[in-house]
Amino acid sequence: MAGPYETHEYDVIVIGAGGAGLRAAVEASAQGVKTALICKSLLGKAHTVMAEGGIAAAMGNIYPEDNWKVHFRDTMRGGKLLNNWRMAQIHAQEAPARVLELEEWGALFDRTPDGRILQRDFGGHRYARLAHVGDRTGLEMIRTLQQHAVHKGIDVYMECTIARLLKDGDRVAGAFGYWRESGRFVAFTAKAVVLATGGIGKAWKITSNSWEYTGDGIAMALDAGADLIDMEMVQFHPTGMVWPPSVRGILVTEGVRGDGGTLKNSEGKRFMFNYIPEFFKAETAETEKEADAWYEDKKNRRTPDLLPRDEVARAINAEVKAGRGTPHGGVFLDIASRRSADYIQKRLPSMYHQFKELAGVDITKEPMEVGPTCHYVMGGVRVDADTTATTVPGLFAAGEVAAGLHGANRLGGNSLSDLLVFGRRAGLYAAEYAKKFTGAVKAGVDQLASVEHELLTPFNHHGGENPYSIHMDLQECMQNLVGIIRTESDLKKALGEIARLKQRLTRASVEGHRQYNPGWHLAMDLHALLEVAETCTLSAIERKESRGGHTRDDYPKADPSFGKINLVTRKKNGALSITPEPLPEMPGELKQLIEEQK
Amino acid sequence: MAGRQFIMQVWRGDAAKGSFQEYRVPAAEGMVLLDVIHAIQATQAGDLAVRWNCKAGKCGSCSAEINGKPRLMCMTRMNSLNTDEPITVAPMKSFPLIRDLVTDVSFNFEMAKRVPAFKPRPKGPDGTHRMQQEDIDRVQEFHKCIECFLCQNVCHVIRDHEDNKKHFAGPRLFVRYAALEMHPLDTNDRRELLKDKMGLGYCNITKCCSEVCPEHIKITDNAIIPLKERVVDEFYDPLARWLRKLTAKGS
Ligand SMILES: Cc1cc2nc3c(=O)[nH]c(=O)nc-3n(C[C@H](O)[C@H](O)[C@H](O)COP(=O)(O)OP(=O)(O)OC[C@H]3O[C@@H](n4cnc5c(N)ncnc54)[C@H](O)[C@@H]3O)c2cc1C
Ligand code: SF4
Ligand code: SF4
Ligand code: FES
Repeated sequence: MAGPYETHEYDVIVIGAGGAGLRAAVEASAQGVKTALICKSLLGKAHTVMAEGGIAAAMGNIYPEDNWKVHFRDTMRGGKLLNNWRMAQIHAQEAPARVLELEEWGALFDRTPDGRILQRDFGGHRYARLAHVGDRTGLEMIRTLQQHAVHKGIDVYMECTIARLLKDGDRVAGAFGYWRESGRFVAFTAKAVVLATGGIGKAWKITSNSWEYTGDGIAMALDAGADLIDMEMVQFHPTGMVWPPSVRGILVTEGVRGDGGTLKNSEGKRFMFNYIPEFFKAETAETEKEADAWYEDKKNRRTPDLLPRDEVARAINAEVKAGRGTPHGGVFLDIASRRSADYIQKRLPSMYHQFKELAGVDITKEPMEVGPTCHYVMGGVRVDADTTATTVPGLFAAGEVAAGLHGANRLGGNSLSDLLVFGRRAGLYAAEYAKKFTGAVKAGVDQLASVEHELLTPFNHHGGENPYSIHMDLQECMQNLVGIIRTESDLKKALGEIARLKQRLTRASVEGHRQYNPGWHLAMDLHALLEVAETCTLSAIERKESRGGHTRDDYPKADPSFGKINLVTRKKNGALSITPEPLPEMPGELKQLIEEQK
Repeated sequence: MAGRQFIMQVWRGDAAKGSFQEYRVPAAEGMVLLDVIHAIQATQAGDLAVRWNCKAGKCGSCSAEINGKPRLMCMTRMNSLNTDEPITVAPMKSFPLIRDLVTDVSFNFEMAKRVPAFKPRPKGPDGTHRMQQEDIDRVQEFHKCIECFLCQNVCHVIRDHEDNKKHFAGPRLFVRYAALEMHPLDTNDRRELLKDKMGLGYCNITKCCSEVCPEHIKITDNAIIPLKERVVDEFYDPLARWLRKLTAKGS
């Protein structure tokens, strides 16, 4: 039986309660519009809570030479210039104020001796720039935002999964989903909707991402008619745990290298010196001595251990392939021989804990074994740089679900700052849109009966496909065929496999009833996950070059003509298309910034 | 390890009825308990309800009672348990059951709504807040809380007397109050509330909460006892109160 459904009316609903969603909800509510925040997990458990290293912001507390221009330049160069320049500019300019605002709401960052916010080194950032709290920065950030949002009285719908966006003609008018606890359906009508649902990392087998990262927001936006860009751009973080198998993929923060750790192969050699690309030669140290001097004084050239993530991940991959890997197929990350036990425990307490508890390794005494892990998607929903508006009226997007800021590769620390800067803007402009909106909000509630039917089908099949097996097969496929190094024939194979998995999903069956049933939840999430896997693969086929998070064995070089375009994914009448479109033209004075400060 | 199996007794059921069910799972190297639960889900009981996110002890989602001991499932190595015997996995006992290993922890979120907000003093002359690391070390300890609610689960004030939930915030929330009260920038005063509405007096310092905290926060020694002292100062020692007012905010 369809409907009537539990229904709630708001001016703005924010889907997702990580850093981006929380910051958006806080802003929208501060603008005086009726706001709701909706999330799949309990409040405070989103990915943001796991972030370790820090928030990038050119506050200049350690190096007064640092300013937004340098941060802008680092972000653009790290992204292989595929970034939306205007987003990179806004991000670099506004990040410091957003960090200070967190302090005003109760966050306590680690301090410098003169009592200011301490900043740490990270890959691709010219100066020590990451505001942090040991290696649990995300926890500090999400808790601060969460508590602030709660005090502001924002309505929070936890463990409530949104399955579809509702539309009224061309514009978005609400969302439809279910309570995980009861399995009951619920509808929201809204004048504006902010997507802040995060990424897609659960499509890969070795991943730092949680069960939530099934690309729901990206798939819903696509289905609602929004443009996606750069879906082939997936970041493999160079350092995930590799042993034991059960923890494979869990992140090892870049802070380990920022604080003095180095990568070594099985011969004990610091191999990164052999992998310095032309693009970064001028600013990278060539010898171990020079690299170590950089840790003491950042005026020296930086260690190649902290090249942008795509470079380091590829280098590790190559070392392992060449037979110089560790027994478990990674490389060594050594901080034990380089820093005192005290220092390591103070700076990296949760890494210490994580290795001790999960791998039986004492990182103050032994090296860690690490290897690449799927971590972040640079691609996602196309947004307007200033307002975060998507191409669908009334729909906004911020955080990992949105694309543009990071180009072909994200620098560490630039996500948390992204969440704050564009989360705030999403809340602001969604509220503004809602205020200007006149007329009745008419969510097309009549479509819901068929959606309900679709969502419930897995209960009607018996002895059909197990959703967990479909998921595992997808992860295997993406890991092997759409991983760090790609080729056209593999990618085409992957498309075939994804099509078969889609077929299997139509026959998925789940046992039990609707109350808190993870098998059923997965069966529903898989629709989104297969769709984003497909867009990623299609886009990867079209980008016939290597750049940032996308490496093609059959096109190993960057191609300047591809450097000028985004690949746009659209869906019309059920069919996906990929179209190249020119990047927005960067103003001359910003171009100069990138050239000048090499 | 080839061929070895873990014998698991997992609680299945909802608020109305339930029982322990046995599952056998092939052992693999380095497994944590959450891996075993996931293996059961993937192959034997697709609808087994469980919460998790980070699988690395960072999000506090996967709390349960393992062989009767409250712990995080993702941080419990199988080789730390006696796997010759069946291993029992049950939901946290102090919260109403939703299904299987998932409980209704909304009590904690409701209590959090009642905490008076952080109210910072004005910024310094340079437009920022200067603070010394040593003055925030203690509060940073409290900020490590991952909201796993294991401490709430073991505290006998709640565990044995469901009714107390109405007027007892519990150890997790005391940690939060302590974090605010000792925050060098905060100017709010929550002591009367703590005494009258949050049941600080009910705590008789058994330290069970500190023992289960996966973040090793010294809940009793560093949060609860100092809070109790402050409350005593405020209400029974006018001189201390007057001194405190003079020095703005003690820590
Ligand atoms: C281990 C780890 C360490 C990291 N360290 C750093 C770091 O040091 N610095 C840095 O800058 N970045 C770091 N990152 C990246 C960064 O943490 C993430 O990119 C960022 O937190 C994403 O934030 P978000 O707000 O976009 O999404 P999230 O925080 O993931 O939140 C997504 C929200 O959307 C909700 N949601 C999703 N789908 C639905 C749906 N269908 N219905 C309802 N709700 C839904 C989820 O429940 C969740 O609340 C790290 C990432 C990981 C995994
Ligand atoms: S010390 Fe107090 S709060 Fe902690 S468990 Fe004992 S009674 Fe409860
Ligand atoms: S104080 Fe410790 S035990 Fe209690 S909720 Fe926080 S982390 Fe968990
Ligand atoms: S899954 Fe996050 S603490 Fe266990």
